[in-house]
Amino acid sequence: MSARTIAAREGAGVVQVDAEVLGNSAVGAYRHLTLVTPGLAEIARPGQFVALAVGDGTSSMLLRRSFSIHRVSPAGTYGATTEIVVAAAGPGTQELTRLEAGASVSVIGPLGKGFPLPSQPVPCILVGGGYGSAPLFWLAEQLRERGCPVEIVLGAATADRLFGVVEARRVADGVTVTTDDGSAGTQGWVSDVLPDLIARTGAGVLYGCGPMGMLRSMSAIASDHGIVAQVAVEEAMACGVGICMTCVMPVADQHGTTKMVRSCLEGPVFRGDRVRWEAFDDGLCRVPADAVGAPKEVR
Amino acid sequence: MTAATPPSSVDMSVDLAGVRLPNPMMTASGCAANGREMHRFIDVAQLGAFVTKSVKAQPVSGRGTPRMAETPSGMLNSIGLQGPGVQAFVEEDLAWLHSIGARVVVSIAGSTASEFANVARAVVRSRYASAVAAIEVNISCPNVANRGLVFACDPASSHKVMTLVREEVPRGLPMLAKLSPDVTDIVEIADTVLKAGAHGLTMINTTLGVAIDVDRLRPHLIAATGGLSGPAIRPMAVRAVWQVAGAMRAGRIKTAPIVGAGGVRTGRDALELVAAGASAIQVGTAAFNDPTAPERVGRELEQLIAERGFTRLSDVTGIAHERFTP
Repeated sequence: MSARTIAAREGAGVVQVDAEVLGNSAVGAYRHLTLVTPGLAEIARPGQFVALAVGDGTSSMLLRRSFSIHRVSPAGTYGATTEIVVAAAGPGTQELTRLEAGASVSVIGPLGKGFPLPSQPVPCILVGGGYGSAPLFWLAEQLRERGCPVEIVLGAATADRLFGVVEARRVADGVTVTTDDGSAGTQGWVSDVLPDLIARTGAGVLYGCGPMGMLRSMSAIASDHGIVAQVAVEEAMACGVGICMTCVMPVADQHGTTKMVRSCLEGPVFRGDRVRWEAFDDGLCRVPADAVGAPKEVR
Repeated sequence: MTAATPPSSVDMSVDLAGVRLPNPMMTASGCAANGREMHRFIDVAQLGAFVTKSVKAQPVSGRGTPRMAETPSGMLNSIGLQGPGVQAFVEEDLAWLHSIGARVVVSIAGSTASEFANVARAVVRSRYASAVAAIEVNISCPNVANRGLVFACDPASSHKVMTLVREEVPRGLPMLAKLSPDVTDIVEIADTVLKAGAHGLTMINTTLGVAIDVDRLRPHLIAATGGLSGPAIRPMAVRAVWQVAGAMRAGRIKTAPIVGAGGVRTGRDALELVAAGASAIQVGTAAFNDPTAPERVGRELEQLIAERGFTRLSDVTGIAHERFTP
């Protein structure tokens, strides 16, 4: 089995390939997959994601699973490869974590908008929750190439749910680890250590990827310090390519107008202060009353 | 490498109530946004027609989330007709589809019968109207004047919508009614909308379902109910097409082209609908799995028809009725 291109239209900025699984290894509680993805790795940027199909064209699980890109190697020994980190959360991701080397999996990417990079060499703090840290190491390398000092903060419930602590030490100027239970690093949340770290480093930008609650609190901390947070959100998606309209969330534009935007197309990276976090509660997101086209209050 | 498939000699063209389409393949409304996104994977101008997301008069935010739940061989959705409103739709989306030379089936929606008519008028009088191959009337929306009961579930409401829209649609532009399977007798609704002036039928829309989140022990979707789509509902679609085409062939209702939709993922699925009576095919949920599906299914369908010794798609439409002995 070798990789096969299904769709690669000129200027599309995205390809659909039947990728070959090159490797699948355990990393803590997660699986690290390396996929041969011709045409994809060459154009991807940190913060973008890929959408994987579960099984072949006969699978009863139709919806694609989206993963942020951990790393790409456009010119590796086996051709262009894309690496992702998968947590077996349900039947679909379980099937993906069981893919063996040599197997084929349908991959679409790169998708979405990546992390915007600062034009000045300002200090940056990169915050990852659980395996949400996957894209941060690649981002750190690009930031340091631009002269930005980089701190990485990794948080998780327990030590085995941290991802990339060793890699973080290699690519960052400083690394802070937090766990809810204290099994590694400082006991507590990433939000407990961020204010001091911002003060100490003079950070100008926070980058984050992880659970919504973490992104919300780091956005609030960024605002308190008068700096920008760029957060990569995790919304449930059916397609990843912008046609299903299921991954929407309320985000304000530069004029302050809130719309329900597709996180797969306009995101997954948003400025933290533009996201209407108050709309999210208890696993639901309600349409803010001032959003464009919001339902009229019926009394 | 395998040898390229030899070009088949099957005439795949479709006469959709007087409008000639080069092939039967369409997207399904709400499953391909308004074209740009899918155009990154396939040339949507090569489809028989591109079917747009249902548009209403004003911008609609749609519902909150979760809006979607995966189910066996399908999914539930409750998007809530999110859209930019017909004015922005015409200026941005229809303009773009026109610019790439796509044949467009514009899906219209409304909360009242007159809203449907207003949306139809804005589309057919727009400067991009030459791109419009047909109007698809999505009568599976809640009727505010009738306690939110969907138009398509009530013959009188369906009749009123089609009558008002017909007054706005110029001669020669087919008007398709998209029917819901959630009715006691789909032949009766088909009869009603055809009598009201529909030139064709699209069958089927989604069927209503609920999924419960068993961790939180509450409905998974923020709206509780959602429309079920995907291969899980394909037998319902084949049944609806079978029943309505059967009634047409028996002379019980007016004969009109049927656009088959519902769970089509492969050429074989499309061929089922064609043999049951569909002249054209829409691919919806399968595009979420494979955004090239509308094009791929067309290739597979053509191959299957050729393998069975036919030279025209139209010769296969409804053939299962001829080969069925009750």
